[in-house]
Amino acid sequence: MAKDDHIIQEFTSREYEHGWVSDLEADAAPKGLSEDIVRFISRRKSEPEWLLEWRLKAYRHWTTMVEPKWPNVTYPAINYQDIIYYSAPKQKASPTSLDEIDPELLKTFEKLGISLTEQKRLSGIAVDAVLDSVSVATTFKEKLGELGIIFCSFSEAVREHPDLIKKYLGSVVPATDNYFAALNSAVFSDGSFCYIPAGVRCPMELSTYFRINAAKTGQFERTLIVADEGSYVSYLEGCTAPMRDENQLHAAVVEIYAMKNAEVKYSTVQNWYPGNKDGVGGIYNFVTKRGLCAGDHAKISWTQVETGSAITWKYPSCVLKGDYSVGEFYSVAVTNNYQQADTGTKMIHLGKNTKSRIVSKGISAGKSQNSYRGQVHVHKRAVQSRNFSQCDSLLLGDQCGAHTFPYIDVENSSSRVEHEATTSKIGEDQIFYCQQRGIDEESAVALIVNGYAKEVLNQLPMEFAVEAQKLLALTLEGSVG
Amino acid sequence: MLKIQNLHAQIEEKPILNGISLTVNAGEVHAIMGPNGSGKSTLAATLAGREEYTVTQGSVEYMGKNLLEMTPEERAREGVFLAFQYPVEIPGVSTINFMKTALNQIRVHRGEAPLDAVAFLKLMKEKMKLVEIDQSLLNRSLNEGFSGGEKKRNEIFQMAMLEPRLSILDETDSGLDIDALRIVAHGVNALRSKNNATIVVTHYQRLLDYIVPDFVHVLYKGRIVKSGTRELALELEEKGYDWIKADLATAR
Repeated sequence: MAKDDHIIQEFTSREYEHGWVSDLEADAAPKGLSEDIVRFISRRKSEPEWLLEWRLKAYRHWTTMVEPKWPNVTYPAINYQDIIYYSAPKQKASPTSLDEIDPELLKTFEKLGISLTEQKRLSGIAVDAVLDSVSVATTFKEKLGELGIIFCSFSEAVREHPDLIKKYLGSVVPATDNYFAALNSAVFSDGSFCYIPAGVRCPMELSTYFRINAAKTGQFERTLIVADEGSYVSYLEGCTAPMRDENQLHAAVVEIYAMKNAEVKYSTVQNWYPGNKDGVGGIYNFVTKRGLCAGDHAKISWTQVETGSAITWKYPSCVLKGDYSVGEFYSVAVTNNYQQADTGTKMIHLGKNTKSRIVSKGISAGKSQNSYRGQVHVHKRAVQSRNFSQCDSLLLGDQCGAHTFPYIDVENSSSRVEHEATTSKIGEDQIFYCQQRGIDEESAVALIVNGYAKEVLNQLPMEFAVEAQKLLALTLEGSVG
Repeated sequence: MLKIQNLHAQIEEKPILNGISLTVNAGEVHAIMGPNGSGKSTLAATLAGREEYTVTQGSVEYMGKNLLEMTPEERAREGVFLAFQYPVEIPGVSTINFMKTALNQIRVHRGEAPLDAVAFLKLMKEKMKLVEIDQSLLNRSLNEGFSGGEKKRNEIFQMAMLEPRLSILDETDSGLDIDALRIVAHGVNALRSKNNATIVVTHYQRLLDYIVPDFVHVLYKGRIVKSGTRELALELEEKGYDWIKADLATAR
């Protein structure tokens, strides 16, 4: 219908609100990738020899690999020699207090609504702020320290807690796991590290905020979360980037290691720059996220709200090794204009009586393509296991695509796997019904989409859920079909 | 309140309304009757501003303004309410949330402050009684899995919440058993006042036993072919629509 097209255009012409650039002096590596660059990064971080070796091994392996072609996305070949692999805002080597941080940097995060000044922060969330390749500041470190919780930048963890890093780095996502994970392992520059000691329930939400600022730069951060026996932590991740005509690569790795009876809840609101309405620019978000339920009764829950990036390629997964361990994946992926998303999860059932739950809600608008790809594998030993998958697609307009690629294999007969899928369109009837009650079109779409995604949004911590709702509305503003 | 003059409307090039003229004053209840396909629902949808219906001729004046120039949501905010024949489902959105959004947008339009949660809940409880609707129903996704009667009661509940000036009930009696019909009619009657008006679109006389109209109009082939008082509805029930059709044929 002519009217729908009009509304779609209105929606899609929405500007990205975090598209500004901060004027920060940067200390950057020369363009391109080689063993020398890997050494350069390692040297900049004053890393121990073993970590350099680990990186080089990853790099050498990476050179033997080819970029995966199986995702349902298309993009011009990436020139890996045209990327800057390390860029850090110039500042004092290791600031001991906020006074020593470049005010421009603080302003950058203030502008994003992330105050690094603890007094100003809402209590209840500790933040590690990562800009380009380095962690800028971590808040509430001392308070958490009293409980034995370690929450710091990855670089600091390498210096201060080398034994933990040595033990767990690559324990869930090996350096050679896949093309982008290997690349990340070779050149990762910073990220967050978190350790929750046995029996400790982390009293606040931990969060990492990623910001890409420098041009021509890739961001390769690594997050490692280790939850010791019987501990609990809820972790949040947010991200934005300036608007640029070029595509920028973001290849991150997140590893979660959950021991016996531990529970980790990991929530992401991904809002990288998606490119403009003609599909120019935007972030390539090629990310490996995996959690290992190493001990019995461990639980890992992923919740993601994916609204940004030109291309999203990620499958937050759970390896359910411990008996009675539980994996969950809740996802809302929204694509608009020319965005492409190939996202989903893998639930690998290895332990007995393991359970997993997948709820995926795809929303496609504009000329975008949105794919759900999910694997449920139940090993022979994983008797009495259960999986339930629900994959829904919502289409706005008739120029977008929604695809579902479920892979299910069950190697024993006592397990049960259920998969449900639906595809629907926002109906004109629904919009008109809302309008007839006095609700304007944009609010109507926001209402309907939020209703559709409710089951997933309910999984988010309160502060995040509100932000995610607004973001959904913003991303889709105008895209009625 | 409402002045329709020589209204012609079509859908996808097909003319449905062929010159309707009707004046509705505050405090009045008008019934629009007619056989299937006569244009009753089209009239209701056109007044509400449904996009698919194109007005080709005529005018509609509402509260001194040109109704046809207003967007559907503007009409709603100015007090035009349509109780749908087939209310749609909106998964994940509760009636409460839906009504809160609607009511507050209307209030903002009127220059009033949005209602806070407490005031909204108080208003809601009051209106719930009117149509004997249970709060558990209002907590559920809008119309999802509702029975026919529940959907219609929910429509009248919404009408009570929004307090419209002009209510258009489109076949509100269809799919209702006698008890549900009584409850719905009771709600509508309780909302009647000298300041508002109601247009009841119906195929059957039955509803008019409960919602007693001041005027009855018979729509046939997109025109009002007969107008009268309540007696006309009773006559129609007795003689059927063929009587009107035959009448028209001889007149020609």
